[in-house]
Order: sequence, then structure tokens, then C-alpha cells
Amino acid sequence: MNSLVSALPGRRRAGLILALGLLLAAPWVAGPYLLSVLVLALYYAYVGQAWNVMMGFAGQLSLGHALYVGLGAYVSATLYLHAGLGPWAGVPIAAAVSAAAGAVIGFLAFRFGIGGVYFALLTIAFAEFTRIGFEHVDWLGGAGGLFLPVVERGHLDIVDLRGGPRLFYYVLLALTVAALWLCHRLRTSRIGYYWLAIREDPEAAQALGIDLFRYRVLAAAISAAMASVAGSVAAFYYNSLTPADSFGSAKSIEIILGPLVGGLGTLIGPILGAFVLTGLGEALRALLDVTGHQVPGATQLFYGLVLLLVIKYLPGGIWPGLARHLGLGNRVG
Amino acid sequence: MLSGRGAGVSTLLSVEHLDLFYGDAQALSEVSLDVPEGAITAIVGANGAGKSSLIRTIAGIERPRAGRIVWRGREIQGRASHEICDLGIGQVAEGRQIFPSLSVLENLEVGGHLPRARRFKSDGLAQVFALFPRLAERRSQAAGTLSGGEQQMLAIGRCLMGRPELIMFDEPSLGLSPALVGEMFRIIERLNRKDGLTIVLVEQNVAASLELAERAYVLETGRVVMSGSGAELLNDDRVRAAYLGL
Repeated sequence: MNSLVSALPGRRRAGLILALGLLLAAPWVAGPYLLSVLVLALYYAYVGQAWNVMMGFAGQLSLGHALYVGLGAYVSATLYLHAGLGPWAGVPIAAAVSAAAGAVIGFLAFRFGIGGVYFALLTIAFAEFTRIGFEHVDWLGGAGGLFLPVVERGHLDIVDLRGGPRLFYYVLLALTVAALWLCHRLRTSRIGYYWLAIREDPEAAQALGIDLFRYRVLAAAISAAMASVAGSVAAFYYNSLTPADSFGSAKSIEIILGPLVGGLGTLIGPILGAFVLTGLGEALRALLDVTGHQVPGATQLFYGLVLLLVIKYLPGGIWPGLARHLGLGNRVG
Repeated sequence: MLSGRGAGVSTLLSVEHLDLFYGDAQALSEVSLDVPEGAITAIVGANGAGKSSLIRTIAGIERPRAGRIVWRGREIQGRASHEICDLGIGQVAEGRQIFPSLSVLENLEVGGHLPRARRFKSDGLAQVFALFPRLAERRSQAAGTLSGGEQQMLAIGRCLMGRPELIMFDEPSLGLSPALVGEMFRIIERLNRKDGLTIVLVEQNVAASLELAERAYVLETGRVVMSGSGAELLNDDRVRAAYLGL
């Protein structure tokens, strides 16, 4: 964390500390509704950061990231229910399973030269196969899914990750900060330089002497492992999971909206994008409720509209322009 | 690295009876050539003669169907391209393949992170900036905003960051203004004469590259049809008629 903060120019450091202070204080000011919205925003900030490693850094478009999130949820929940293994042991195991899945898919795709759109289709296919497969496994609850025992209000058990929204808020905040730090470290390391080179021009990266295969698979594995943790936490937060919700393509799309709107390949973009989208989406829902309208799918439609506007007017996302405007330097990051 | 010229006429790289196919189409047949250490070796020929294919095969990007590629006495055909770069065989590919949205400095640092670069203690960046002061001036500018000549300098600088012993240039003067073409050849000459780098030069600019080259090969439809010193080929009637328009 120190290296991240000290590497920043003064204004950025001040901004980051201010934002972190506000986020730390928020649960003690916000009501239950606002807190649940903030939990959702942090969840998408974290999982967007995970996806950004693969697409924003290494340039590999995954449209099936729900697979890794869902595996994280299912593995940790199953271990908890069937083996009595708490999340502190279950989350790392789940992350390893997801990393392996990411590495295998990456291995198959990159070994056989499947790239671009075809790679994206392959990631959708794997997520869909997994969804259909899980719907037919009875001890995983089949299509009806798994349910974790619900805890009483006010009960707090950090060891088993049982508690109210405030607990999950802080867990997700810690994860988001940790992911930001990790991505900053990766971005400024040899691996990060290789990833950017591969994203910019794979042929040139190869000609320069970079092992494309190895670093693409590494990006897939790291991104999948990070995404997995979000799934585990969500499973213990909602106490229920179904194959359709966990692995569905709607989930995969939701994961990528934040980084796209906030700024692909930047460190702050996925966080900013998640907060902007979740905030606007909830505001729209509240507006429709107040005016007495029932419009199914209105928020999805609205997300699509925001995405169109961002692609049209801010193709790099909100953050690069905002950073310039705030005098935080025009460098990506 | 500073082996100097004339220190010996040992062969650094040799290619023996190389065959390359793209599907059924044969791109190289029975290509053999020697690259002497510390020299400039030119490979000339028309478009589609197989010059780029030859470089890409030596670099490990294309897999030959038959033949040997020998580097310092060791066979290296079939090895992965990053392993071949790690041996000290660098290339400046055709069309200035820089990383456009990264800064000039970041482009160079990608090269500086390669395992071979990290084995060197001296500061590669300072050497590249000494060779190309323009890159130092524009270090924080996005590489995509550089002029064509500057992008070519960046591509060369990035390759140098990886500490090659041999650099293969594929059409380095392509698309540059006449003044810059001259400068590009002076840079290549300097890298060879002053820094002791062995050079393989693939060029459409036949006259200029033959003038510079100790050894030269003429490639036609994937075959070596002529070889000799640069001066010999420059005075050869067939070369003069076919490539120099004389």
C-alpha cells in the first residue's frame, strides 16, 4: 500500500486518502438501503478490477467471467455446506480452482491460436456449458441452487463470514483496496509491461522476445482467481446461489460494464465505473418506484444507453478525461 | 559486445537448406546463407521473394519444414521466438511495430524488462538516449504520436534495450523521406562499426544496402540466386539491370 500511495503525485494521494476515508465512514452514516447499494457498487468495483487485468492489461476479451465468479461461489459454498470448511479456507481453494479453469481455457485458446472474437465466444461457451452442467448436478442443488443457513440479525461471525451488510461492506472494501494495490504492482512490474505490450501489438511483442502464450495464460489465471473471490463473498452475502444467476451471460456482461464505462486498462476506472453505474441504476429504479412505474429490465436498458454514450463521447471511459480535468496528470493509471 | 570489426571472420549465424511453406505454398526453398560476426549482411530481392519470411523463420516466428539454423555452433531451428531473442538475436520488424498508446519511455522499458536485458548491469536506457536524443526529448509522449522517422528510431531503441548481438532489420527505410532514409543507413552503419553489432539488413533500397554490406545475398522466389560481397553484387550486370535499373 505504501508504495502505491507514495508513488502518486500529491493531489492524487490526497484524493485517494479522502475517498478511502469517506468509504470507511460510509456504513456509519448510510441507512440500510444506501448501504446495500454501496455493497453492490464495491462488489462490481472489485470484480471489474479482476476482469480489467485480462482485458484492460493483457488485451484478451473475456465475455464469460461469470464462470470464475460462479466457481468461486459454488466451491466455497459447497465446502462450507458439505465439508464444514469455513470461507477462510474455502476462498483460497475456490480461487485456485478458478485460476486453474482460467489457465485451462487460456491454454486451449492460446495454444491453438484462438484470439479476438473467437476467444470471446469460447469464454461464453465455457460459462454456458458450466451453467448447464451445474443445473444437472443434484448435490450442488441442481437448477434450484444452494442455500446457506441464514443468520439472525445482528449476529457477527467473522470466521465464518456470517453477518450483516456492514461486515460485507468492509470485506468488499478491503478486497477492492487490495485489488487496486495488486493491480498497481502488476502494472508497474515486468509482467505488467509485457501485458501492455501484448495488448498493444501481439506481433511486435513476440518479435521483441515476449512469450505471448505464457503471459496470456498468466493473465487469465490471475484474473480468474481474483474474480473467484468476489463470487465466494457474494455467496456468503446473499446466502443463495443458482447456476443461472452465477454463470449466466447477464452476469458476465454486468462484470464488464464498470471497467468499460470507467476506463479500460486504468486502475481507478473500474472502481469509478462501478460506482457511477450502480448509483445511476439505483437512482433510476427509485425514480420509477416513486412515480409508480413497473418497467422490467429498465436498468439493463439504461446501462446499455450509458455504455453507448460513453463509447460515443468518451471512448477511453470516464476516468482518463476526469483525471486530466482534476489535474491528476494525463497518464493512464 | 564491442567485438570490433575484423576481429575474426567467424560465422555467427548460418542457415542451411531452409524450406518454409505457408500451407502448400513454398515461401523458401533450399535457402543457405552465412552471417559473419561483426559484419553487415544484406539480403535483397523483389517484393515477395521471401526476405521477410527468412527473417521470421530465423526469429522463430515461422517453423521451417526442413533445414538447419545454426547460432554459434548450436542448432536453433524450431525454438520458440522468445528463446531465440534471449540468445541475442533481435529484430526490427517491418512497419515500425511500436506500442502506440504507451509512452516512448514505456516502449523502451518493455525491452528493458526482457531477461537478457536484465543480465546487463550498464544502463541501456542511457545508451539508447545517447544514440537517439530525440527519444529522450519525447520520452513521455505517446509513441503513436511520433513521426515516422521517430517511430523507427523507437523500434530500433526498443530492440537495443533487449541487448542483441545480432539485429535483423526488415525494410528499415520503408516509407521514410529521402533525408531520413540516409539517416537510417547512417544509424545502422554506426551500430555496426561503433557498437560492434552484427547486422542482417533486408532492404528494398538495393544500392544503399549493397554499398554498406560486406556480404550480400539475392533472393528470388524463395531461392538464393546470387551471393558475394556487397561491392561484387553492386558491379554485377544482372543485379544492375534487375534491381538498380542501370
